[in-house]
Amino acid sequence: MENEPEMILPWLILIPFIGGLLCWQAERFSLTLPRWLALATMALVLLLGLWLWSQGEFHLAPTPGSEQVWELEFKYPWIQRFGINLHLALDGLSLLMILLTGLLGVLSVLCSWKEIQKHVGFFHLNLMWILGGVIGVFLALDLFLFFFFWEMMLVPMYFLIALWGHSAEDGRSSRINAATKFFIFTQASGLVMLVAILGLVFVNFNETGVLTFDYSLLLQANLAPGTEYLLMLGFFVAFAVKLPVVPVHSWLPDAHAQAPTAGSVDLAGILLKTAAYGLLRFAVPLFPNASAEFAPIAMWLGLLGIVYGALLAFAQTDIKRLVAYTSVSHMGFVLIGIYSGNPLALQGVVVQMVAHGLSAAALFILCGQLYERLHTRDMRQMGGLWGRLNYLPGVMLFFSAASLGLPGTGNFIGEFLILLGSFQVVPLIAVLATGGLVLASIYSLIVMQRAFYGPAHDETTLAGLNGRELTMMFSLIGLLVLLGLYPQPLLDTSAASMHGVQQWLGAAFSQLVSTW
Amino acid sequence: MDLSTSHFVALLPLLVLSATIVVVMLAIAWRRHHSLTFMLSVIGLNLALLSIIPALRVAPLEVTPLLLVDRFACFYMALILVATLACLTLAHAYLGESGRSGYPGNREEFYLLMLLAAAGGLVLVSAQHLAGLFIGLELLSVPTYGLVAYAFFNRRSLEAGIKYMVLSAAGSAFPLFGMALLYAGSGTLGFVGVGATLESATGTSPLIQIGMGMLLVGLAFKLSLVPFHLWTPDVYEGAPAPVTAFLATASKVAVFAALLRLFQLAPAGTNPWLHDLLALIAIASILIGNLLALLQSNLKRLLGYSSIAHFGYLLVALVASRGLAVEAVGVYLLTYVLTSLGAFGVITLMSTPYSGRDADALYEYRGLFWRRPYLTAVLTVMMLSLAGIPLTAGFIGKFYLVAVGVEARLWWLIGALVLGSAIGLFYYLRVMVTLFLLEPNLRRHDAPFNWGQRAGGIMLLAIAVLAFFLGVYPQPLLDLARQAGIAALG
Repeated sequence: MENEPEMILPWLILIPFIGGLLCWQAERFSLTLPRWLALATMALVLLLGLWLWSQGEFHLAPTPGSEQVWELEFKYPWIQRFGINLHLALDGLSLLMILLTGLLGVLSVLCSWKEIQKHVGFFHLNLMWILGGVIGVFLALDLFLFFFFWEMMLVPMYFLIALWGHSAEDGRSSRINAATKFFIFTQASGLVMLVAILGLVFVNFNETGVLTFDYSLLLQANLAPGTEYLLMLGFFVAFAVKLPVVPVHSWLPDAHAQAPTAGSVDLAGILLKTAAYGLLRFAVPLFPNASAEFAPIAMWLGLLGIVYGALLAFAQTDIKRLVAYTSVSHMGFVLIGIYSGNPLALQGVVVQMVAHGLSAAALFILCGQLYERLHTRDMRQMGGLWGRLNYLPGVMLFFSAASLGLPGTGNFIGEFLILLGSFQVVPLIAVLATGGLVLASIYSLIVMQRAFYGPAHDETTLAGLNGRELTMMFSLIGLLVLLGLYPQPLLDTSAASMHGVQQWLGAAFSQLVSTW
Repeated sequence: MDLSTSHFVALLPLLVLSATIVVVMLAIAWRRHHSLTFMLSVIGLNLALLSIIPALRVAPLEVTPLLLVDRFACFYMALILVATLACLTLAHAYLGESGRSGYPGNREEFYLLMLLAAAGGLVLVSAQHLAGLFIGLELLSVPTYGLVAYAFFNRRSLEAGIKYMVLSAAGSAFPLFGMALLYAGSGTLGFVGVGATLESATGTSPLIQIGMGMLLVGLAFKLSLVPFHLWTPDVYEGAPAPVTAFLATASKVAVFAALLRLFQLAPAGTNPWLHDLLALIAIASILIGNLLALLQSNLKRLLGYSSIAHFGYLLVALVASRGLAVEAVGVYLLTYVLTSLGAFGVITLMSTPYSGRDADALYEYRGLFWRRPYLTAVLTVMMLSLAGIPLTAGFIGKFYLVAVGVEARLWWLIGALVLGSAIGLFYYLRVMVTLFLLEPNLRRHDAPFNWGQRAGGIMLLAIAVLAFFLGVYPQPLLDLARQAGIAALG
């Protein structure tokens, strides 16, 4: 085996896949063995990511107009007929996303320790494969490979929701319907992206005579304005569904409400981030001019998402659906940040992605813990829990505060940077989006009010958080506060990548202005 | 025309298969023995498969004006022979062992009929002349009537057989009339000659156009394209499972290959009217096939409707007919055959040995995973492959078709394909999740306990592994399909 650092990239993807298969077979021996194996697998991924972080400088990232350079790069021919390679590469942005994946992977194994009791091995197989697919998405630099992982992670997610999910009490919305809805939304939009990818490849082929799916070669494709816009829309549709952007978000609350806790953690924490990552890595750099032209629409859609998500969150009675809608709202900020093209806002997007990943995961884990104790997610049946539960209400208060963007938490840094940056570009949208923060405090506090204060339905004391649960929660609190107080290492890591995106969009913006 | 040794070598697959048919027939006449008949058929098919190698050496070669043995023909011959082999293996398990449980009637003729139909398929894929096409079509269809009604003491099977016979005979009349019109208009029956006429000034005459249209109707009937699809669900449901597998794979592949060659040599694209008609049939097949499959609770019917949709997808390549089209059809048909064999194979093994009716109701598959994990794994891979999800061969096929569509800028067809796939997901997922649902009490239809040791079970596992392997590393498949071009001999 060659001892070269780039070999670590395929291993990052392979480890979860192999780990998943081991978990599956380990069920024959014991019910806890798959859990430990899964935990070890994700810990290994996390440690590898941390090791990479400590090694790299992360000054190398794709930028317009130059030869593409990466921190680490791996390339191996795959389907020569179409010029498709197993091309993986790492820069600061992808590294941060992989760290997030590893961390949330560990958490999702931990939070299902008690919750999942049937078919433990198969559950962890699915969980590991989702995470492997997500890592593949974050590393792939060949458009075919990217699409391959993008679609591939849907299948285990489908199983996770359909087999281990909860069906609503009224029987109206079952977990299978939710899973199917999730799958069809994302798969159909993915096919639109496939059409766009192939369109891009063939346009490039007609021009240069080279049939390739390689990112760095396709970046140099010359596109006619109309074509570029259409192809960009093809990519945007796929990412918009996954992000989700408001008119195509309807799969998200259903999927979240029915999914098991680990599924929700992965869905909110990582899967939504793949869409933001896709926009930053593919949609904007590949089609900068069309993206610049489209930016106002995208930002208004983001604003719509912020307000709409917040309003619907407020109206929910199911605590998990509520958290799901807050994700819609927070992702609106990400969309505004990306398309504002401002360096500050783009850095804010990265912080927001990480912070939302942590806080949403924590909220979903808390919802899961509540459900384990109360066997309901209906807030009308909660109330007065503050006195009946140890630790949990306080922890919930912290993460609700984080979710509303309280200074001192990473969410504040993210939203503040996005708003500050986009104010310089689109003051109106930034001002209106700031209003979304007010709505966020309303829905965050209403959770506390409904679930933890008020008259109690019952006086019996419920089991407090045990050691495992407390460890998870306090590590998340620690990370979120650290991110809020000292975000600099994170910003340094992603600086080069965001600089590249900013240059692409900036050049396109100035070109757009000069044509007016 | 003189026949030299190389002509016989080129015809070797067909000759070997025909000899096998005679031997099997004589063997049955001499002594009825199920396993012996099966072994003879399998040996014959394998020999025919092997004889493709020498045939490839002399290809492309015109053997009489009727047949042209080229790489294209060899590729599809191999596909048909392999599919037939798989169907026979399934049938052997399905019909049951002699003297014990299983099919109560005579088992041996089943193999004879299927070999005959396969011979028709071989003729069809190498036909370069309308007469050859018709001979192949009939040789393929007539034994199939018998096969569909093979379980004749089951009402549904008999009904399906009669329905298939009546409709298929009507369907055969159309191309025959079309050929007569084409002959009247162009004075030739060779594909190339017809193509030349189509491109010349007389190509726009109503005689030629109606002739081509009727030919298309006849073939569309065999491929069960909308609006000639009405027989499909009933026949799929009624026919014994191995026969359904044969109908869905070998039979359709042969007809589609013949259609592809016809349209490559006599391009319908030059004729805007036919071009639009094909595009319309494609869109209708994709949408209607998928929509009708949505609410089926019978797995065979569901797969029948899904096959309508899949051949609609394939028509996208036929409409494009340039660039990657031939290659794409090769790749897609191979993945489709693989997937269909797997899916129908699982149904067959679930219904094995024959016990009056097939296990084709969806509820019989509830929670199969917790009882028969490997069988379920096979069916899951097949469903994912039919839906075109990455890591399976079906994804590569769909990728190819989208590539062809984008290359030829057929945006309407691409739109229908995307929409159809989205609808299709719904029912493939429904089947898939049914397999995993917990259902503790139901243990009625089980595959035999040692199914994994049986030839059929091993073959199914191999198919699943292959479908997975080709989805991850498709390069060999693409190379193969790329080689299988149509020879343009005069």
